[in-house]
Amino acid sequence: MAKRSAPEVNAGSMADIAFLLLIFFLVTTTIETDSGLNRKLPPMEDVVDPPIIKERNIFTVVVNKNNDLLVEEKPLEISELREAAVAFLDNGGGKGEDACNYCQGPRDKDSSDNPDKAVISLKNDRETDYKVYIAVQNELVAAYNVLRNREFARLNPNLGLSFVDADRRYSDPRTSTSEKEALKPKLAEVKVLFPQKLSEAEPSKTN
Amino acid sequence: MSKFKKKKGGELPAISTASLPDIVFMLLFFFMVATVMRDSTLMVANTLPAADQVQKLDKKDRVMYIYAGKPSDRYQDKFGTQPKIQLNDKFATVADVGAFILAERASKRQELQNVLTTALKVDGETNMGLITDIKQELRKVNALKINYTTRNGDYMQNLK
Repeated sequence: MAKRSAPEVNAGSMADIAFLLLIFFLVTTTIETDSGLNRKLPPMEDVVDPPIIKERNIFTVVVNKNNDLLVEEKPLEISELREAAVAFLDNGGGKGEDACNYCQGPRDKDSSDNPDKAVISLKNDRETDYKVYIAVQNELVAAYNVLRNREFARLNPNLGLSFVDADRRYSDPRTSTSEKEALKPKLAEVKVLFPQKLSEAEPSKTN
Repeated sequence: MSKFKKKKGGELPAISTASLPDIVFMLLFFFMVATVMRDSTLMVANTLPAADQVQKLDKKDRVMYIYAGKPSDRYQDKFGTQPKIQLNDKFATVADVGAFILAERASKRQELQNVLTTALKVDGETNMGLITDIKQELRKVNALKINYTTRNGDYMQNLK
């Protein structure tokens, strides 16, 4: 009997398999992008005549060198900061042309007039840990996001998106231009209602 | 009868593998395009703090990176353990930040020069003094858009 040679394996479908793999990786690969808290620094030029802001419209947050928090001259835990900042921004204690008709706060006359006037001033020591500073920044941004989400949901009840989701979609390069155009005025509207006024003061030299 | 005789060597002809190189090239090109080279080796400890209210930092071509933190173990006997700034591949002082930003800005395309963001990749254990100094330098050269790069996570992790 003649020795039978082993049949060669059909390799014609190899290309298809390779393509499948290729397409799979194409779809699933996400190139790692960094994320973080975006901030804008104030310009360097000296303001000759700084605008006078009423004491009740400033929410002072101080982080000292032992990473303790002092909010409006009272010590506070970081876990309570978000709530305190929301209460301050949403207070709406103004009257007349300063009145805030969308605020849901207690309208305390010793707290902010309206979100447009309210300023959060964040001050840190030179020895504050960076990670604690970031935690504080994160909570303050979160306070703005809570309020912006609420207003966004009120103004666009049928969209099914929160402000944060909508903003993420807007900055995503994969979103179509038409959707971006539709989102842009809605986002801008909410940003006018709750502008992010977060001032980073220069740190205290001595403490 | 010989009509039905099996042909000699009736195995299937070998499949041409001529297209295999094309497939391999395609894969190669894909990975070439998709891979982002890490252009500077980290010489500082870089455990980023956690935050959850983050925004993505898209478009890598408009970002300038500034690293800061304690020098890594193998640089510690030479540079000490005090937090330092790293620009590109070198340790730098606060005074070098301005020049670095101007050089980076000049190397970008004209239309991008006004929309650049500075990403601060700073180790969580660093003191704010160094970061404040960096921020002052950035203000001097009018690089006002910054991003505190963080990793995704609950802020409570930072307080431990």
